[in-house]
Formats: sequence, C-alpha cells, structure tokens
Amino acid sequence: MTPFLTMWDAESRLGGRLVLDATDVLVETGEFVAVVGPNGAGKSSLIRAFAGLLPVTGGIVRLKGDDIRTLSPRERAERVAYLPQERRIAWNLPAIEVAALGAPFLAVEAAHERALKALAEIEAAHLADRGVAEMSGGERARVLLARAFATNAQALLVDEPIAGLDPDAQLMVLERLRARADAGQAVLASLHDLPLAARFAHRVLVMEHGRVAADAAPPQALTPEILQRVFGLSAQWIDGPDGPLLSAGRRHSPPDGSTTEPPGA
Amino acid sequence: MSGAAGRLILILALAIAAATALAVLFGESAFDAGQLAQAFTDPSSGPAEVLWAVRAPRAVTALMVGAALGLSGAVMQGLLRNPLADPGVLGVSALAALGAALAIVLGWAALPGAVEVAALAGAGLAGGLLVLFSARVRSPEALILFGVAVSSFAGAATALIFNLSPSPIATAEVMGWLLGSVENRSWIDVAWVSPAVLASAALSAFAAPGLRMLSLGEETARTSGLPMARLRLMALLAAALATGAAVAVAGVIGFVGLAAPHLVRTAVRGDPGRLLLPSALAGGLMLVLADLLARMTPTDQELKLGVFTALVGAPLFALIAWRAAREWRL
Repeated sequence: MTPFLTMWDAESRLGGRLVLDATDVLVETGEFVAVVGPNGAGKSSLIRAFAGLLPVTGGIVRLKGDDIRTLSPRERAERVAYLPQERRIAWNLPAIEVAALGAPFLAVEAAHERALKALAEIEAAHLADRGVAEMSGGERARVLLARAFATNAQALLVDEPIAGLDPDAQLMVLERLRARADAGQAVLASLHDLPLAARFAHRVLVMEHGRVAADAAPPQALTPEILQRVFGLSAQWIDGPDGPLLSAGRRHSPPDGSTTEPPGA
Repeated sequence: MSGAAGRLILILALAIAAATALAVLFGESAFDAGQLAQAFTDPSSGPAEVLWAVRAPRAVTALMVGAALGLSGAVMQGLLRNPLADPGVLGVSALAALGAALAIVLGWAALPGAVEVAALAGAGLAGGLLVLFSARVRSPEALILFGVAVSSFAGAATALIFNLSPSPIATAEVMGWLLGSVENRSWIDVAWVSPAVLASAALSAFAAPGLRMLSLGEETARTSGLPMARLRLMALLAAALATGAAVAVAGVIGFVGLAAPHLVRTAVRGDPGRLLLPSALAGGLMLVLADLLARMTPTDQELKLGVFTALVGAPLFALIAWRAAREWRL
C-alpha cells in the first residue's frame, strides 16, 4: 500500500467561511475511507479539493505524489474519478451513453463495452438502453456511479454515493466500493449513514468545521465521545448480526456545547 | 451514429434538395414548361436570369443562414445545458444586430465587409458575456434572464440609434434589415456566409465531445480529462461565428435556432454532440421552406422572412415546448 491521495495542512474558503482548516488527509491504494460529519462540516469540500475543483489557498494536495496543480486535466482524470452529489443530467441520454462518458478517450465500441461492464457491476445492465429522464432518482444515481466506475481511474472520489438509494441498493453500492478498494483502488466516499460507514470502510474520517476530528478504524473513530461532540448524539454501538448498529438519540443541545434544557424538563 | 440519426440526416438532406429545387422553380413570376426548359438550356434568357441569378442564390442564402442558426442553437443549448438557449433568446442576435446597425448609421456600409464584421463583433461580444456570466452563475434560469437583459439592452440601444439617426434613409435601411430577409441576395452573399458556416461547423465538430460531456454538469466535465476550457471556447466561437454570419447576411431571424434542435433531439436520443449536424440541416430546411412560403404568400408587400418565421415559429415552438416539458423536469 502506498499513499495515493495526500492533503497536508490544507486551507480553503468558500464565501469567507473556512471549509478546510489545517486539514491533513492520507488515503492509500487499496483503502476505502469514509468521510462523515454533520452538514457543512467540509466533507464535500475535502472531496472536491482532491478532484481539483476546490483550490486550496494553503497547504498542498497531491495525487500519487504529484501536486494536483501541476497535472494536466487528462493526467488528473487518470488518477481520480469524481462523482458529485448533484445528479442532474441535462439531456435524456440512454444510460449506456452516460456510462460511456467515463471513457471519452476510447473508440465508441470500446467505450460502450466498458460502460456495459460498469452498469453490470452496479446491477443496472437492464437500464442500458433506457433514457435517464425516464428513470427514478435512485436509478439515475446508479448510472452516474457506473460512469465513475467506467473511468478506470486509480482513485474514486464519491460524494454521498448512496443518498436516495433504496436499502438494498445502498448495501450493493457500498459492497462494490469496498470490492474496488480491495482490488487496489483508493476510495474516498462521504456518507451520512454512520452504521454503514462503520461496516464497510477500512477507515473513517470525521470532519468538523473543516477540521479532521478523528481519523482511525471505525470503532476508534466513531467513539461515543466523538458522536456526542461532533454530531450531538447520545449514542452507543450494539453488535448486530450483520455488523455494528448505532442506538442514538439527540442530545438536546447544539454541538457547540451550550446546553439547553429539553422542552418540558 | 445510430440508425435513427443516420436515417434522419438522409431524410433531411433529401428534403433540402427537394425544397431548394422548389424554391428555384417557383416564384412570383410563374413560368410555363417551355420557359423553364429555356432556363436550363439558354443561360442568357430571361427565365435563366430569374432562376439562376435571383432565386437560386436566394434559396442557397436561406439554406446557409438557416443552417447557421440551427447549428448555433444546437451548440448553445449543449454548451449551456439549457433547452431554452438560442441566439435570439440569449441576446447574441440582438448584439449582432446592434453592431450592424451601428456600422450602417456610421456610414460604413460602403466599405465591403464592414457591416458583416460589425455583426460578427457584436455576436462575439455577446458570446463572451455569456461565458463570463455562466462561469460564475450555475443556474440555467439565471442565464436565460441574463440573456433577456442583454437582448433588451441591445434592442434599446438599436432603438436609440434610430432615435438619434440624422438620416431617415439609414434608419429605413437598418429597420428593413432588422426584420430579417434573404430578398435580393446574390452569389456574393452566399460566398460571404458559406465559409463562416463551414468554419463554425468544423469548430463545433471538434467541440462535440465537450458538449456531450457537459450533459453531466460543469464539475464532472471539468474532472473528465477532456480539455474543457479549450472545447468550451471552440463551441462558443462556433456559435458566435454562425450567428454573426447569419445576422450579417440576413438580419435578425428568430426561432430557427430555438426550434431546430428540438425537432431532431429525439432522433439522436438527446446527445448534444450528435445533434449538431441534424439540427443544422433542419434549420436550413426550415428557412428554405419558410422563404418559399413567404414569397408565395399573396400580399402587396412581400412578407419579411424574419416576420414570417416568428409568426409561424412561435406557435410551433409553443407546441414543441409543451410536448418536451416532461424531459426538462430533471
């Protein structure tokens, strides 16, 4: 395993607000790292910085050892594939054409072959000829993930890949991402579902106000203290038959620590 | 190229050939079979003069202008990921018209090519403004609003030129030209517009993979590995060049750029790259037919082509919009 995605002391602002603040992140090949955190904690910013979409004003972002700013668009695309949260597709293209956009440098037949394989991997081969405007949101999300898979990039940067999917599809997508990591890709995925993050990721990165609050194997990263401090949850882990389960309640206080009395107390 | 798209291109090409033939054979002065035969056999005869020096260049000009508008509409819709984008809606035609109107009023019309270059400059300026705006604002609706603002401003500035123009002749000239027409166009006009349309077609063919990638949105396209900055610039140049050339030769003709891409989009299954050629052909066909109908309509004053396309095109477009509304709700 070698460090593939590295970010050191990164700082970035969006509209005056620090979205990355002295952030250090390292993802190795063959590793599935889940980024978790409350809304606005900087998960998407972290992923977008690795995709080259969010410039960092301080620190450095490297892909496979090279400063991201020195790479050409094509070199960058060979190293990282990016799946944004936004799932709008402008035109009613058939799924296979959307997935084939992952391989824009291949001849049409080869690109279609790659696209079909990626659709099959995500159990969406039956959608190949269907127009994306005639699909449900979840089906469209899977087609877009197939596009990211079809790139064959060395790292996958996926922003909330399971949002809006049915429970079975959520498990399937996380299984595939884990399988891709086990096969040697570096996978960085933002997730809101903590039990699923704990179950599938090798490592969990907890973001809070643009900083890394915890970075460790799931049980060490998602401790009750972190869950309380970062997420405002009073929670504990329970062993379930298929993996860890989270029993959680609201702490009745904002995460910044200023305690308010629960109503009726 | 899928079978449906290939068939569509073939059908459009045949229809264009037929429409152009009709446009050459029919007109205000009706010829009998003998006169038509004379036109084909005796190049110095009256009928030959009418067919080859009046009607043919006019039909070919209509074809090229329509193709330029259809191509430009398809490129803009792909570039801006917006089915409402078109040179008219986004103010490109209006700024091109303003450029040309300025040139006419300033008395540059005597200089060969000055009006054309002014129209091209106006179109290029509009294209640059649109790119600047769309780089900062993501919402397609906001872009349309911006285009409407550019369009209104250019319209007002053109009206101001009328207002302040000392010469009623220049005013009439600008006015007639703003209404849009291919009347009295010669082979020289064809020679002007054709290279611009061909150059625009070549540029947009290079930009086509970028337009296709933009279907997935700005950010995905930027991470796709394609040189998006270059492709986007080429697409923009193509759209501005085609619109500028069309406006320079024929004035402002609306709705062709908006409607042509919609007419052929289903056949290419939405692909904004494969849409370009059929859309250009559909635009050319539309304008040849529209000009033929405008000429044949029995009115004292010949109908202006731009007036005619708007009269026919607007209701047609409302119908298309109504039918296509389902696809836009993504």
